[in-house]
Amino acid sequence: MKIVETKTDKFVLGGHEFNSRFILGSGKYSLDLIEAAVENAGAQIITLALRRANEGNTNILDYIPKGVTLLPNTSGARTAEEAVRIARLSREVGCGDFVKVEVIRDTKYLLPDNYETIKATEILAKEGFIVMPYMYPDLNAARDLVSAGAACVMPLGAPIGSNKGICTKDFIQILIDELDVPVIVDAGIGCPSQACQAMEMGAAAVMANTAIATAGNIPMMAQAFKKAIEAGREAYLAGLGRVIEKGSAASSPLTGFLKEKEEA
Amino acid sequence: MSSKVNESILTEEIKELQKQNRIDHMTYLPDMEVLDSDIQSQVISRMQQYDETAYTATDVRRALDADVCSPEDFEALISPAALPFLEEMAQRAQLETRKHFGNSTYMFTPIYIANYCENYCIYCGFNCHNKINRAKLNEEQIEEEMKIIAESGLQEILILTGESRKMSDVKYIGEACKIARKYFKVIGLEVYPMNSDEYAYLHECGADYVTVFQETYNSDKYETLHLSGHKRIFPYRFDAQERAIKGGMRGVGFAALLGLDDFRKDALATGYHAYLLQRKYPHAEIAFSCPRLRPILNNDKINPMDVHERQLLQVVTAYRIFMPFASITISTRECERVRNNLIKIAATKISAGVSVGIGEHLEDDEAKGDEQFEISDGRSVKQVYDAILEQGLQPVMSDYIYV
Repeated sequence: MKIVETKTDKFVLGGHEFNSRFILGSGKYSLDLIEAAVENAGAQIITLALRRANEGNTNILDYIPKGVTLLPNTSGARTAEEAVRIARLSREVGCGDFVKVEVIRDTKYLLPDNYETIKATEILAKEGFIVMPYMYPDLNAARDLVSAGAACVMPLGAPIGSNKGICTKDFIQILIDELDVPVIVDAGIGCPSQACQAMEMGAAAVMANTAIATAGNIPMMAQAFKKAIEAGREAYLAGLGRVIEKGSAASSPLTGFLKEKEEA
Repeated sequence: MSSKVNESILTEEIKELQKQNRIDHMTYLPDMEVLDSDIQSQVISRMQQYDETAYTATDVRRALDADVCSPEDFEALISPAALPFLEEMAQRAQLETRKHFGNSTYMFTPIYIANYCENYCIYCGFNCHNKINRAKLNEEQIEEEMKIIAESGLQEILILTGESRKMSDVKYIGEACKIARKYFKVIGLEVYPMNSDEYAYLHECGADYVTVFQETYNSDKYETLHLSGHKRIFPYRFDAQERAIKGGMRGVGFAALLGLDDFRKDALATGYHAYLLQRKYPHAEIAFSCPRLRPILNNDKINPMDVHERQLLQVVTAYRIFMPFASITISTRECERVRNNLIKIAATKISAGVSVGIGEHLEDDEAKGDEQFEISDGRSVKQVYDAILEQGLQPVMSDYIYV
């Protein structure tokens, strides 16, 4: 058997091709560490809150290496209408056509509002944006997002910043199994092994911020994530082996009574 | 309720005045909007039932081990039984702060545009009986002052006035907000409480955050500290944050002025007030301030009684553990050492280049009015910026978009 050449394994999103399946958040870093994180993570997409862009004397955009695709998000939006306004603003200031739609009207858990997100996605997709909606992993909502024109869906693994891992595993698996667009696991991933797990499940990519931003050594943790995501992707492509839960499996415990020839 | 009295506030004159008849502090004045809300009664009854001596080390342990801090856990964390756990509380608070805010520390500065006041709050330098220089900036002066502040790189401004509706009406504050929009991204207000339609107007003018200090949640004590003026009406002040949210403001701030009464009860009420409001309005951003009493002009004896640094830290870390997502501001009422350490542990917002007088950024001496209290940390924006960096934190000027 031949090893699949991972270089030919492209991640395609809204007609754009990427080699890396790691999307890096930028919200919780010191600016001068963003560059190191991007480099060591090998990330080609980095999110950016428009509300943090253009910070007067220090502009976050200056710290993002050239050649990296900017993924502006609509954080701060509490309704579809606000998300649409922020997305339009981000396009106006030159952040491109990608937009991660986040609509949050819960300041405690920062859980996304699927209903408002679907409304915003529909409007923005019609306006030519490549819409990447952050969502709670609900199959019906995910299908509506796809019908509304989403380029992918970004279900949360756990509440944002919680580093709790993929608490919503079974529901994310359903999305992966049922949807024809890439599923990107976003939020809650606290360590490389969890990122690896998401990729093994068949996620198209993983997004993380807090886990790296709050690590002791940011560049090293970024690199650890890179390796974990690549390992998880390879495992998925290789096809995971069968897991037998308890001891050996009886060959045919229920159908053993059947005889070659039926009795008359 | 507690009968603790902070003697440092009282002068002979005040003691005499306290004997006189005053209007009922629980009855709304005409034109004051009354909300149909049960939050006030819930907060007050919880505070009245709170017995700080009922908690043991076991309760504190349970609170610290819990994944999510319940109101009961919060009660344990602000009780005297939690004091021996202060280091552990600080470590837990730090963990929560980093989880929710990364290493961001937000910067802002207050601008006092007027110090006229119609209230007689006996501990405040602006009170209407205190003989100080009064001033009110006109629109040109506000613009000039804001321009100077913006040059420091700050993008968040907190507009303050003394509480005089007559001298600083809503329209005047609205004009200040409109000017501020030209120079700043984030505009907060710390002015007298108003009705929700007035908050809606100020929101349209560009403001999005409203802070109102309840001072003390013990209404009987409140009555003896606020002898006259609109501020005397306890329930109207209490519901200010809810009216602000109804008026469309994105975030609201809470505080008890620690040292006026039993600080543990006041901290409990402050936290629970914010907790209930966030449950009722889950989209609202919540902020805490943790002011301690400071000396004022014409009374330099004022001090925060039994709220020492340890107690302050206990309150701040308890707020953080109880509401990990809330913004916590640390003002220049505290000194450089305390502020530098609090941003490391739990505070997420710090002021810099602060003046609490009127027109002090201006060259024109005639514009100037006296300050509200003595500040303890006079560092410039640059100095605070560098101090944040030195802690391995990231100074953030704005993380906000007006929509």
